[in-house]
Amino acid sequence: MKDIKVLGTGCANCKNTVRLIEEVAAEKGVSISLSKVEDLPEIMRYGVMSTPGVVVDGKVVHAGGVPERSKVAGWL
Amino acid sequence: MGSADLPEKSRPSLRVWLLGLAVATLLWFAVYSHLTEFADAVIAALGLAHGTPLGEAVHFFFYDTPKVLLLLTGIVFLMGIIQTFFSPERTRALLSGKRVGVGNVLAALLGIVTPFCSCSAVPLFIGFLSAGVPLGVTFSFLISAPMVNEVALVLLFGMFGWQVAALYLGLGLAVAIIAGLVIGHLKMERHLEDWVQGILAGSAPEFAGERLDWRERFTAGGRHVREIVGKVWPYILVGIALGAAIHGYVPEDFMASFMGKDAPWWSLPAAVALGVPMYTNAAGVIPIVEALIGKGAALGTVLAFMMSVIALSLPEMIILRKVLRLPLIATFVGIVAAGILLVGYVFNLVL
Repeated sequence: MKDIKVLGTGCANCKNTVRLIEEVAAEKGVSISLSKVEDLPEIMRYGVMSTPGVVVDGKVVHAGGVPERSKVAGWL
Repeated sequence: MGSADLPEKSRPSLRVWLLGLAVATLLWFAVYSHLTEFADAVIAALGLAHGTPLGEAVHFFFYDTPKVLLLLTGIVFLMGIIQTFFSPERTRALLSGKRVGVGNVLAALLGIVTPFCSCSAVPLFIGFLSAGVPLGVTFSFLISAPMVNEVALVLLFGMFGWQVAALYLGLGLAVAIIAGLVIGHLKMERHLEDWVQGILAGSAPEFAGERLDWRERFTAGGRHVREIVGKVWPYILVGIALGAAIHGYVPEDFMASFMGKDAPWWSLPAAVALGVPMYTNAAGVIPIVEALIGKGAALGTVLAFMMSVIALSLPEMIILRKVLRLPLIATFVGIVAAGILLVGYVFNLVL
């Protein structure tokens, strides 16, 4: 099971990112544990500067804007 | 404005992109060069005439709307491509270790082309500081990014010509550079919140950003158009409609007494103070600006109002409060407001 975190302070793009990941995971039938990190000090600990950022299994794979669907599919 | 994502398989190849862009560019110029004819045809079809209030208002609306949307789409697409070369991570690398002065100028310039949404202002702020970018240089970036934005420049260019757009660009950069220099000089690092100082003392891991090819850059340009134009077009329509009403129905010189060149000195600070609590974007403000100026308001006063709407918004202050203590926020607001006032007086003097 993949552990995915979306880093973001709660703007529209962050919510869209969460929804996109849920959608793609459901389509591909991959089970994930998806969580949102909204706490700023916590976000900064990942070294991400532009939100939304995505962390897969503890590694930052994306930052700054909603990722493309194909990229999300790639992580899963 | 459809914003549905294309299914993955039908994503166009680079050749399709180039061909499509060539055709779109030709079409763009063909339409852009016939805007007056179009607006004339519309009022003729509606049985209206030039010189009547309704005729002038409708003409204003049908001339300005396609013009603004065309300019915006073109420039926003180009900016979307340019921005793919300047990720925040890259900008930070460019700025870290730069001397004060050179760093402030570079930061203000990078503020124009580096993409980030306003909800990223805080992470960006901390990210810069933790990479060793000085506080004042970071502020130069944070001030120029919203103030000198492409939407504002496009609209000013479309409505007042390149001289006004260039003057706005130059003075906006000047405000960002000088405000950053002053804040840096005041050594206000101790007014950062404690948890921020804690992060700065440690070292954060770095995320290097991603590499893109040209097809991805074009796609990013297209996405940028969908995001920006898709979001601001209602503001623009409302702004132009309001502007059209002012243009058609408000008497000439109506604004001159309280926003004109010969209005009392305090009309400019009043305009700036009025702008701060307003939360809209350049797209909604500028069509109104155009109409106000047509009715005798001074350009400097109206531009100062616009700058304060964009650069000193209350929501932004509230976000920044998470990392900055009040003295630093107050200094930031004070210096930027002073800069904006100066810009307003300069515009009023020069034009």
